[in-house]
Amino acid sequence: MAKVTKLTRPELSKSDEVYLIGIFKGTLVTLKHAFKSVFGKSRGAESLNSTGLGVTMQYPEEKWDDELPEYYRGAPALVTDEQDRERCVSCQLCEFICPPKAIQIIPGEIPEGDEWAKVEKRPKEFDIDMIRCIYCGLCEEVCPEQAIYLRKDYAITGTSREEMIHNKERLYEIGGKRVGLVNKWNDLK
Amino acid sequence: MESLIPIIIILAKVIGITFVLTLPIIAYSVYAERRFAAVIQDRVGPNRTGIPLTIFGFKKDISFFGLLQPLADGLKFILKEDFVPSHVNKFFFWLAPALTMVPALVTLSVVPFGSTLFGEKLVIADASVGPLLIFAIASLSVYGITIAGWASNNKYSFFGGVRSCAQMISYEIALGLSVIPVLMHFGDLNLSNIVAEQAKNGWLILPLWGEGLTTERMLLWIPMIISFFIFTISIFAETNRMPFDLPECETELVGGYHTEYSSMKFALFFLGEYAAMIVGSALIVTLFLGGWSIGFGADAWVFETFGDWAGLIHLGVFLAKLVAFILFFILIRWTVPRFRYDQLMKLGWVVFFEAALINILIAALIMTYNRGQLSNIELAGATAGVVIFSVVMFYIAKSLDRMLASDAETPAKS
Repeated sequence: MAKVTKLTRPELSKSDEVYLIGIFKGTLVTLKHAFKSVFGKSRGAESLNSTGLGVTMQYPEEKWDDELPEYYRGAPALVTDEQDRERCVSCQLCEFICPPKAIQIIPGEIPEGDEWAKVEKRPKEFDIDMIRCIYCGLCEEVCPEQAIYLRKDYAITGTSREEMIHNKERLYEIGGKRVGLVNKWNDLK
Repeated sequence: MESLIPIIIILAKVIGITFVLTLPIIAYSVYAERRFAAVIQDRVGPNRTGIPLTIFGFKKDISFFGLLQPLADGLKFILKEDFVPSHVNKFFFWLAPALTMVPALVTLSVVPFGSTLFGEKLVIADASVGPLLIFAIASLSVYGITIAGWASNNKYSFFGGVRSCAQMISYEIALGLSVIPVLMHFGDLNLSNIVAEQAKNGWLILPLWGEGLTTERMLLWIPMIISFFIFTISIFAETNRMPFDLPECETELVGGYHTEYSSMKFALFFLGEYAAMIVGSALIVTLFLGGWSIGFGADAWVFETFGDWAGLIHLGVFLAKLVAFILFFILIRWTVPRFRYDQLMKLGWVVFFEAALINILIAALIMTYNRGQLSNIELAGATAGVVIFSVVMFYIAKSLDRMLASDAETPAKS
């Protein structure tokens, strides 16, 4: 048998019934918040990295980039290895798994005589439509070559649809070089 | 040519006080509301709108703490589509916004904004019926809201209109009754004279200089404070401000009486509310807080030192008091939660109505006593009368209260 406790709602005292005292106390609370905000001492401003005028971080001037976690999923980008080889071998797994179909790859052969001819393929074209991308990270997860990564760039903007399609060049520019991963094509290892 | 000068002076006053002073104050009180609300809630508020220099190829915009926000708001209201739904009563739908804005601006005509500037009083109409005119015109603004609610042909709007109608009529009584002791004390209905009197002999709720230090004023202080409370709270209800903003209470009525309005017509309602707030604050400041007077006997010194320019200083003082009161309105709005409708009616009819009536009698008793027109027996009789009246009033209020409570408990029979 569960124990049943009956609670009675507390009666209002006479001073509570007048309201004026309560309203006065209330104004003191709101005024305190107002003054603290105006003088840049809002409670919690410190931990939220704001100027102190309220707890709002004023975005373009103040950013949260330093606090972004390791696992942050920003814009997807292609990376090269330590010998500046394109890691992508255009297997198109990311293209197939991409839920919004944002990735489009045109594979290309690596011609004979190239330093990396044994890799056989690399993308001729690699476009990610950032209007469609949902930053799910499945491309990163599925990539057998660890060639595509979600970086911490989140402010992807443009004034036209064309601008919002990241081509290969742009993807490598965002991605840069990534070292110390799988090195199966590396002779030096 | 000679006959033209008074007309030019009146025109200058109308344009100066209404268009140069009041309309920008209305616009900026919206901005103040948003910024003040923001800092109360630990936010920032609109702080970006400024001169968009980047459009012209400069590196940075100038924002001035967002001080140009009202301009942007106004521009937005003008450029928005002025949509008139097909199911409304067109004529009244168009009439209603004007009926809320115009009375608020008309009432400004008798408010003294300052003392004299080159021998001209800084008031548009130096009428000897000041407060009466304000009450008469201000009660017209209830038509605007009620007609808006009715013409919208929408049940939520209609509820808003009806609520507003009942609320404003109820609180007008408290408003009128609470101001009677004040008018009895001054014996004058001309607001300019009332302010001049306060400048000389102490503000009504701060009688600390001149004749303010007599026993009569000290005794009168109590009813005046009660008057001040009732009057201020009734003004809150009259202007549909926050603790009493049931006509547009968005949690129950979508947007209340202005649900169907858009663009400039909505802006007129929106700004009309602020205009009413300004008139209300101006009235409170004028009647109870000494209007344009600096107080503490400093006004005579100002008149001597600055001569013809004294009016400007007094104008500044008046505006400072006005702004302080508007900020008080805003502070209360973001502090106190909304009343329930029956609580609102109870406060108006059961508390304020009786309190104001008793207050009038107390003030009258104090005044007659101090003028020595009563023998001791008469005084005792009058006091007993006031006490008996108060007890009866209190009893009526209590029984009304109990009746309302039992009504609320028993479910309605259908």
